[in-house]
Amino acid sequence: MAIFPFVVVVWILAVGLYGIVTSTHLVHLIICLIVVQSSTYVLLLGVGYVTGAVAPYFFDVPNHTPAVDPVVQALTLTDVVVEAAVTALLLALAVQAHKRFGTLDPHELASLKG
Amino acid sequence: MRPAQRRWLFLIGATVLAAFFLWGLSGLPGFGNYPGPYGPAILAMVVAQTHATGAVSAVNFDYRGFDTVGEEFILFTAAAGVSVVLRHLRGERDRAAVDEAADRDVPPTSEAVRMVALVLAGPVVLVGWWLASHAQASPSGGFQGGVVLATAFVLLYLAGEFLVFKRVSPVDLLDVVEAVGAAGFVATGLTAVLLGMPYLKDFLPLGQNPGAVSSSGTIALISFFVGLEVAGAFVLIVGELLEQTLLVRQRGT
Repeated sequence: MAIFPFVVVVWILAVGLYGIVTSTHLVHLIICLIVVQSSTYVLLLGVGYVTGAVAPYFFDVPNHTPAVDPVVQALTLTDVVVEAAVTALLLALAVQAHKRFGTLDPHELASLKG
Repeated sequence: MRPAQRRWLFLIGATVLAAFFLWGLSGLPGFGNYPGPYGPAILAMVVAQTHATGAVSAVNFDYRGFDTVGEEFILFTAAAGVSVVLRHLRGERDRAAVDEAADRDVPPTSEAVRMVALVLAGPVVLVGWWLASHAQASPSGGFQGGVVLATAFVLLYLAGEFLVFKRVSPVDLLDVVEAVGAAGFVATGLTAVLLGMPYLKDFLPLGQNPGAVSSSGTIALISFFVGLEVAGAFVLIVGELLEQTLLVRQRGT
């Protein structure tokens, strides 16, 4: 069972990529990208997990209680912030694409340029 | 390329990717056996050194503070980027948009949604500030608090009060809030330099009780500035995107 959380990571990554490849709508595609990025949260938190440890907060538990790794948790927070920024920019671009070409289907957008 | 071909190509690529991924993962120390060294090193000294009981906030706003400056500016740049991408282009108004459903009225906001949104707006502001000001003690911080604060503005919009939403979040004010948030973080770091310490070194008194709001020096200050920046950025982004839908609807009628 030691590898199970990492199999979940691969699964989330794979379904997200499948969604991106088969997407027919830009907003759907952006959400699939969020799913892909979610796999990195699970990976980071999974790497830093310590069996039987508490969350790295010593407000109501004694100092030096065994805790999970705070560094990967901080990295996950960075990850979430970057995702929010990327999503906002991509959604703005999707709005402009729809205004300009009247469609949000990536296939139609590709054929418009060709 | 037809969708079926595309799918087969993806399946081949994904199989290879998954195989390499699993191969790489099998070399990891295994779930629950994190070997360190950084995490255990920080956990051993975080409370004594920073007087913060929240190790994640201590990492974000102290040990990794310089990275977090960059992180904050990613969001700052994204908000600016959204404004630039969605700016009103010249000639945009000239093309007449066709209302595809002219015979259909826009349904009015339901009273239930209005009431829940308006009742929640106040408490949400409170929770946002609570989160942004307790980074040093509990699982919270400026990023989380800022997003929750921005939610209060979205609730106003949900309540059907777009004009109120625009009035309480004028773009000029948001720009100032965002700029103060971003500049405050940088200025906190520079103050340490002026005092002859390394950039972002904690120069404020750490307080007597670890975990108190007044403890841990600059962590609380930086978290406050980050909260301002994040709230400003998110309300700005949401406002820009909402303005787009409003413009389209006005042109349709």
